[in-house]
This record gives sequence, structure tokens and C-alpha cells, in this order.
Amino acid sequence: MTVTASKSHYQSEEFARRLRGRYAAERNFKIAGIAALALASLMLVVLLTSIVSKGYTAFQQAQVRLEVTLDKAQVEERNYTAILRQALYAQFPQITDRTGKRTLNELLSSGAPYELEALVKQNPAIVGTTQTVWVRVDDEVDQFVKGNFSRSAPESERRLNDAKIAAIDAMVAKGTLVQAFNTTLFSAGDSREAEQAGIWGAIVGSMLTLTVTMLLSVPIGVAAAVYLEEFAPKNKWTDLIEVNINNLAAVPSIIFGLLGLAVFLGFFGLPRSAPLVGGLVMALMTLPVIIISARVALKSVPPSIREAALGIGASPLQTVTHHVLPLAMPGILTGTIIGMARALGETAPLLMIGMVAFIVDIPHGLTDSATVLPVQIYMWADSPERAFTERTSAAIMILLGFLILMNGLAVFLRKKFERRW
Amino acid sequence: MSVQTQIHTKPQAAARTAPAVPNKMVARDVKVFYGAKQALKGINVEIQENKVLALIGPSGCGKSTFLRCLNRMNDTIENCRVEGLIALDGEDIYGKGIDAVQLRARVGMVFQKPNPFPKSIYDNIAYGPRIHGMATGREELDEVVEKSLQRAGLWNEVKDRLREPGTGLSGGQQQRLCIARAIAVSPEVILMDEPCSALDPIATAHIEELIDELRENFTIVIVTHNMQQAARVSQKTAFFHLGDMVECDDTEEIFTNPRDERTQGYITGRYG
Repeated sequence: MTVTASKSHYQSEEFARRLRGRYAAERNFKIAGIAALALASLMLVVLLTSIVSKGYTAFQQAQVRLEVTLDKAQVEERNYTAILRQALYAQFPQITDRTGKRTLNELLSSGAPYELEALVKQNPAIVGTTQTVWVRVDDEVDQFVKGNFSRSAPESERRLNDAKIAAIDAMVAKGTLVQAFNTTLFSAGDSREAEQAGIWGAIVGSMLTLTVTMLLSVPIGVAAAVYLEEFAPKNKWTDLIEVNINNLAAVPSIIFGLLGLAVFLGFFGLPRSAPLVGGLVMALMTLPVIIISARVALKSVPPSIREAALGIGASPLQTVTHHVLPLAMPGILTGTIIGMARALGETAPLLMIGMVAFIVDIPHGLTDSATVLPVQIYMWADSPERAFTERTSAAIMILLGFLILMNGLAVFLRKKFERRW
Repeated sequence: MSVQTQIHTKPQAAARTAPAVPNKMVARDVKVFYGAKQALKGINVEIQENKVLALIGPSGCGKSTFLRCLNRMNDTIENCRVEGLIALDGEDIYGKGIDAVQLRARVGMVFQKPNPFPKSIYDNIAYGPRIHGMATGREELDEVVEKSLQRAGLWNEVKDRLREPGTGLSGGQQQRLCIARAIAVSPEVILMDEPCSALDPIATAHIEELIDELRENFTIVIVTHNMQQAARVSQKTAFFHLGDMVECDDTEEIFTNPRDERTQGYITGRYG
């Protein structure tokens, strides 16, 4: 085509049509992108709405106000149940029959006597006096107060009979039965009784497990990445290792659980349900993730920095520790935190090593029996009680909160330590 | 090892300079292979003390490869093999007794693209003396930093902002910072790999002046694509072509009276 011909080509109708077509393609691409984003956002909103709407009530718990007379004889007998019941009966002088009293008994949480006992132990001076205390009510009463049970259903199909409802209504009207912030959820371990169940045990278990994971996988992972990236010769052996590391990152996590079961429990005889074993398994699982992200971070450090350091006589190790590693740190940190966040949310491998057990006590060491947040969610989701449904959602919210916190920290650290050259 | 001299040196020129100026570095029959590919085919060069040797030649002719052999920077490249003899003060730098790390402190390098560390100006200069234990204590280090920056002609421009990042300087200042960093460890030889190719003419003029001043204390080898630059800053020039060293002589001789027609073709701009 000659120059004059091409000039007329650019002014032709044909060219204008093609140009319009190109713009249309670009517009369509943008629309598709926005649609995809909108769909993803919608899914997220639906998920969060569902969780929050089910779970926000769990942050409150109904409590009843009682004027308890701490009779010395009863305290010595540790008959706190009787003390509480007497205080409750006092609110309903009209109820005198056994059935009526039993109905009242069932309003209180079975954990309430222990609460009172703890109070007395904390402050023995109150023995012999009359005290105003707030104690938890049974989870079904709690759910009724929150409006989760229907009043209109026939009595035989209801969780609470008419007598209980009448008593609850009376106490609510008097202001002795109110909802307050549910501190138990954040301070207690697991329990069969929903109103006594908390996630603190699971949080401590998660923290212990993650500590072990981090202490093992970060130094080993970073050292492996530095060696592979900066020192190892490039040959078929290192290629083989690289392929294997990439494969390990994609291995289903339950396989690591089976490995942990066979090696740590079976061969080394470490205790079941222990954060130590959980951490070891998680370390194996996050190691490839950390190695891969650390290698990417090391690769992104420009070679000119290495040359500059070598050029003035720094040894290869000095070059890495003084220059390359500090520059790769933001990337390594980001990868590490994302790996840790993944470990925090991991359930499957822990099922294999017994961390799915029902554990009431707060773990105090690496070999104590423990569970972790996602496993706690898994176990609560299995419980049929309405009160556990809302606690499941609340625990999910707390787990999501931790994950957002960790990912936010990753972004913050990256922004803070990012350096340009 | 048999040493063949392929250098076309005029006898009278050699007689004029050789006794007066001792050779700082000598390369004999240097061959470099990248895997199976041969990049240098037997280079023989003498690098004279306190002179500037310019390496010129078309792209890919092996100038930079040769330069990087002189401080064993090629060691860091996988599959790179160096044959032949390169001596610094008569000692084989690829010999058993020589350590690459120690060698690089004696033979410093300035790169094509300014590559200051993403640290403060002060730390850029102080890094080398620190790791080599050349300065004990704060005051001594301050002195080394000041002296190096002064010799690199950068002191007056940066003395009030030594704590600011070196990467915040202009391109020309960054390159002078890199030169200051190189001379801070008191090398004997400074290798410069196209130090001005990323700089504007004013910054280039600065660096060229600096090279001329540094010649008093250091031996300098500079790779350049810029013929005028070679003519301006160097006393000796070596012309490389396709892995061969075609001709090495006094710069004036090379530019006014080249012996090889390839040299003549290159410097007159017929190819390259």
C-alpha cells in the first residue's frame, strides 16, 4: 500500500467502523469487569448479612437480678443452688406448688451456682449478707427473650410452656430480667450449655497453635527461600525441589493432617489434641506458601543492588543479609501473614490430630488439650440448639475479625516498609 | 602457560611509556565462555598504573565481559567460565591465594545504571568501610564519608542532607555517589561500565572531570560507547570486536592513526 493510499484508508468509512468496533470492545470489557465486581460484592454482602443477622444477638445474654441471702450454713455446704432458688422464689410469692417451683428452677442456667460460688470465693466477706447479683438464665429463656421462639405456637410444640412464659414476662416487666453484654462468650471455654459456652478456649488454642506454626515455618521457610534463590546452583535437583515445593502448596490440607497423625502422634507419640502438634502440622502446611512468597519477594529485588554490594567487596552472605533480605522483607511479611491467616482458618488437618475434641478448660501450655476457632465453629454448627446457631455465627464473625486484622496488618506492613529504587 | 602477544603496539610507543609506568593489571590470553558460547577469544591487555584505559567496541563485543573478569564479578554468573591469566600486581586473581571478596575491595566497580542502596547517602558511603573494618568509631567514619564525597565532587551538594536517601538524588548525583561509594573502600583499580550512558551531557561532563581527577590516585578502566568520551578521558584505548581485542594503544594513536581497518571503521562511524 502506498503512503497516499494508507492516508485515505485512515479517513475511510471502513476505518471509522473498525475504530467504533474497537471502542465498543473496550466498553464491553469494562462493563463485564464491573458486573463481575458487582456480583462478587453482592455475594460478600449476602454472606456477611446472613452471618451478622444470625449472630449479632449472641453478643448479648439475658440475665436475671436476684437478691441472694448468703446464709453461712448453706455456703459451707456449697448449696448455692438452694440460695439462688430461694432468691428466685422470693420474686414470685404467689407460686407455692412444686410444679410451679420446678418451672422457676428451670429458668436459671445450670452454671449459675458456680458463678455465685466464684463470687463468694473472690470476696468471702459477703457471706452472711444479702447481695444483689446478676446471674445467667437458661439458653432457652435467653432465646425466648430475644424473640427467637414463637409465642403463637400451640403449647405442646413450644420449647417453653405457658407457666414459664408467664414468669419470664413478669420478670421482664419488673426489669429483673434484662439483656446485657455477653462476657461469657469471650471469657469461657466450650460447654454443653449454650449460655455457658465461650470461645476464649478456642482463641487461646488458636494463638498457641499459630505461635508454634510461626516459630517453625517463618525461619525455616525464609532460610530455604534465601538458599534456593541466592545460593543454590540452578540444576535439575533444585528444579526438582522447586516443583515439589509448588506441589506441596497445592496438596489438600487434610493430607497434612494424616501425615501429622502418622508421624507426630503415631511415631513420635506426641499428645493428642495438643497445640504443639497442631502447630507442627500447620507449619508443614504453610511452609511451601512462605517459601514461594519469599522467593517471589527475593526475586523482585533488583540485581543491581546485589552487584553494588558485591562490587564493594561484600561477601555473598553480607549481600543477602544487609541488602537483599531487608528489601524483600515487606513481601516476605505479607506472604507470611497471609500464610498465617490461612493456618488460622484451617480445620481439616486438625480434625485428624484430635483437636476436634470437646474441651472445656482454657489451655495453658503447648501440650494441653485444645481446640481452635474454626474447629469450634465446626462443632457449634453441629449443635441443634438455637442458642448455638447464633453463637456459631458470632464465632464466625470473631474469626473473620481476626482474619481482617491480620490481612490489614499485612497491607499496613507492606505500605510501611515498601521501598522504591 | 604460553603467552602470545597479539597486541599491535608500536615499538617506539612501548619504549616511550613502558619503563615509566608499571603495569597494574595484566591480562594474558583471557577466554570467557558462557556455557558453550565463547564470549572472549584470548584477550591480552596491560593496564598501566594511574592511567585511564578505555575499552571501546560495538555492542556485544565483550568489553563488559572483560571488565567483569577483572574483579571476578563473572563469578556470580552461572555457567560462566574464565580461562587464561589475569594478574593484579603480578598475582593471578583467579589463583588459589586470592579471595574474590578481598579482590573486589581492591578492584572496585561502578555500574552502567546508578545503583545506590536504598539507604541514606551517609550509609551508602559508610557501608564499605564498615564491613571491611576500615574505620573504627564514629569520627573516623564521618571523615571517610566526607573525604570520599569530596573526591567524588559531591560533598558540597549533599553535605546538608547526608541522612536523606541516596535514591532521592538526581541521576548524575547518584552516579557520583556510586563512585564515592567505590572509592570509600580505597580500591587500587576502579572499573567503570558505561558510567555515563544513563546521564545527560552536563552530568556526563561532571563524571568525566571526576575520572580525570581520580586518575591521580587510582587506575581506571572504563567501558564506553561514546568515542568522544574515550578520547577525552583515557590515555590508553583498547578496541574490541566480536570477542577479540583488535588493537590497544595510546588513545591518541588509536584515534589518529589506527593500525587495523576494523578500528578505523568503528571510530570513523562506518559500523558499530
